[in-house]
Amino acid sequence: MEIPYTVENRPDTGIYNAKVGIWLFLASEVMLFGGLFSAYVLLRVGAPEGHWPHGWLDVRFGTINTILLALSAITTLLAWAACKVREFGKFKFFHACTILLALTFLGIKSYEYHDKWIHYEIQLKDGTFADGHLEEQNDKEVVLHGRIVKDEKDLYDLRAQKDIQLGEVKIDLANIVKMQNYGPWHNTFTAIYFTLTGLHALHILGGTLVIFYLWGPGSKMYKTDPERFTNRIEVSGLFWHFVDLVWIFLFPVLYLT
Amino acid sequence: MQPNVEQFPPHRAETDAHAAHGHGHDDHSHGHDEHHHQPNFWTQYIFSTDHKVIGIQYGLVSLSFMLFGLFLMVMMRWQIAHPGVPVPVIGSLLAAVLGQPAAHGIISPELYNSFGAMHGTIMVFLGVVPLAFAAFGNYVVPLMIGAPDMTFPRINMASFHAFFLGGLVMLVSFFIPGGAAQAGWTSYSPLASTIPTDGQAFWLVGMVLLITSSLLGAVNFIATIIQLRAPGMTWMRLPFFVWAQFVTAFLLLLAFPPLEAAGLLQLMDNVAHTSFFLPTGLAVSGPVGQASGGGSPLLWQHLFWFLGHPEVYVLILPAMGIVAEVIANNTRKPIWGYKSLVYAALVVGFLSFIVWAHHMYLTGMGQGIATFFQATTMIISIPSVVILTCMFLSLWGGSIRINTPMLFALGFLPMFGIGGLTGLPLGLAAADLYLHDTYYVIAHFHYVVAPGTIFALFAGVYFWFPKMTGRRMSEFWGRVHFWCSFVFMNLVFMPMFAQGIKGMLRRMSDGGVNYSAARVPGVIDTLPGTVMEMNTWILWAAIGLGLAQIPFIINLFWSISHGEKVNSDNPWHATTLDWQTPTPPPHGNFAHEPHVVRGPYDYSVPGAANDFCPQNEPGVQAPRPAH
Repeated sequence: MEIPYTVENRPDTGIYNAKVGIWLFLASEVMLFGGLFSAYVLLRVGAPEGHWPHGWLDVRFGTINTILLALSAITTLLAWAACKVREFGKFKFFHACTILLALTFLGIKSYEYHDKWIHYEIQLKDGTFADGHLEEQNDKEVVLHGRIVKDEKDLYDLRAQKDIQLGEVKIDLANIVKMQNYGPWHNTFTAIYFTLTGLHALHILGGTLVIFYLWGPGSKMYKTDPERFTNRIEVSGLFWHFVDLVWIFLFPVLYLT
Repeated sequence: MQPNVEQFPPHRAETDAHAAHGHGHDDHSHGHDEHHHQPNFWTQYIFSTDHKVIGIQYGLVSLSFMLFGLFLMVMMRWQIAHPGVPVPVIGSLLAAVLGQPAAHGIISPELYNSFGAMHGTIMVFLGVVPLAFAAFGNYVVPLMIGAPDMTFPRINMASFHAFFLGGLVMLVSFFIPGGAAQAGWTSYSPLASTIPTDGQAFWLVGMVLLITSSLLGAVNFIATIIQLRAPGMTWMRLPFFVWAQFVTAFLLLLAFPPLEAAGLLQLMDNVAHTSFFLPTGLAVSGPVGQASGGGSPLLWQHLFWFLGHPEVYVLILPAMGIVAEVIANNTRKPIWGYKSLVYAALVVGFLSFIVWAHHMYLTGMGQGIATFFQATTMIISIPSVVILTCMFLSLWGGSIRINTPMLFALGFLPMFGIGGLTGLPLGLAAADLYLHDTYYVIAHFHYVVAPGTIFALFAGVYFWFPKMTGRRMSEFWGRVHFWCSFVFMNLVFMPMFAQGIKGMLRRMSDGGVNYSAARVPGVIDTLPGTVMEMNTWILWAAIGLGLAQIPFIINLFWSISHGEKVNSDNPWHATTLDWQTPTPPPHGNFAHEPHVVRGPYDYSVPGAANDFCPQNEPGVQAPRPAH
């Protein structure tokens, strides 16, 4: 039994099945990320004055990642175009680029996660706060590469403070009230940062796996049914462009504001 | 199965793509087609990609879940009527299976909360939606539009498996330490994050699986209806049932993701100890907790009800579709106001996205917002009434055939009417302040869903059973099932209106005994004795309702092999394409590709040979102009 319009367009709707499917799926994805962005807006608007962090994320990494995804959008398009004009070698090259760009993106993202993971805020008994990357921890003391501030509020807006002096800070364990790294549990910003970028990274990972399959074992179909294969590249490309688009929103929302 | 029917469209083996090139391998490729392998039990019934098998899988699993939900309800009604008294007959079984929460066969308040939360979850997400949307939609929609299958058969199978897995996770959560989720089917935060049980995490994981299943299903349904309509099946020739499923699929597609987002955030709250929904300074029976705070409990409610209200129409629209089909067929005349029905369904679908906050009048979200949602809530009742009115008017002047499906469809009309009209006071903020969270609310939405939607689903089961099996269900036992269900449904839910108006709150595990005692007599009214007595009446009515399903269960399984055989493919003399297939339809459905030449309800066309003209029957009669 054959399902009609898997490859060719249905005359009256002018579209093939999988393309309808992916657009519908993307509509639901818009609602998914729309819900999360709404949550972001509501939480940020509801945050007390001066408590929303600024400048916690490295804009340089964010910019590089934005450029990587933008380039991968171009290579995805070129890979599809190469399929369309039946130039298999070019297709292989462009999608190899897509996969490498995506993996580099994930690598940089993991580095950023790691950077937050080893970043600690320590509340001290005298009411001050130590803050910085964990260098060493033994049963007597904790060594941070960071600084000590009088008020926790001074840790929120890093963009307003131009010349932050970082150095080695040694803290006696007995002096510590509370020690917590910048994980999702740290505050609302890290929570939404890890959730949004984590879900996005999962989408990147899923998209990369699909593209890798179509680039590797799945490309056998090119020899037998090139039109259907080209459709697959198009449909996976549509998903990939959506994932890029989500990042275009995430970058300013999390890094720049 | 009829092995010799010429299948439409001709075979093309997926495994042998040469066939697509027209290399002349078509005949040869038949041998490779997966459907020509000897089907074993697993490929035929468990990993089937045939929409009809998947529909039946969904149907049987969701009916089982509904039975389980009914069992939970009876247990809760026992505890409400006789708080602290061991459950008779199966109390020891409960104690043995569930351990401490059911010690000595007594349902503890914690267990009551679990049962309450899971009753709601199971009935909505594992019972009614899968039965109304996935089961009937899967079985009937491709047949009605003249398609060989769904657009994405393998995604269809994946959708069922995700659903099954989600149901399994929900069931397993009863047996983990701490028990199943206890925060109600609405899972309001911070309650859902502070009850010490992992059941909530199970609930959330289960919901993510169920949502995934619904999304895959919704994509499939919409793509199928857009792409696979048979030649001549224009949009305004679609049976109303297909329109209802189409709108429902859009609701699922667009309303479920925000709940998935909310579920992810709550899962982060429960597992990664974030504070998306936990306010600053939250203290639970002790000092302020360690959570970072800064979250918003209101955010959960907004995200939940953004799904929650469209969900109501997900529950009701497919039911309306079934009722429209059954009524048109049994009044032997066109459904009254086909176009009004279609446009009303579309308007309902759109408006259902902007009424959600009428569940939240008591949250202090602000009067301005409440006024807006009050207005939209009043407006959405208009298209709902249009649909109901069209169905009532369809009865007028018809020569009505009374049979079991028609009885259930006729029962649906007043029951849904009661459910809908009692919703109006809840949609008005001033009245809702008093009625909110009382048994009035329970009575209201159960009238919509239980004797409303579920009656329509029963109508559908009796109506399409001959197409699925080639046999009819017993008419006598069908009527017994209907009348007993009808009487007991009303005995269960009608008293709840009175209880609610008298101020009895929902979610009280002892049926209001402590609440009543804690109120100051003479200053604040205690609950009157009759209100408390009603708990006992409702218990017996609920047990009666449970017993009334026995004839149905026996009838369903007995009739598969022993029912009266139908003597044609179209035993109800229906017009829609689902009855123009072989019985039961083979893989691929139609013997010849149907060409649709007329609207869906050409009953009693003047001058025609029969009182029904199937949609694909080319007749000399000019097609009747649409209404």
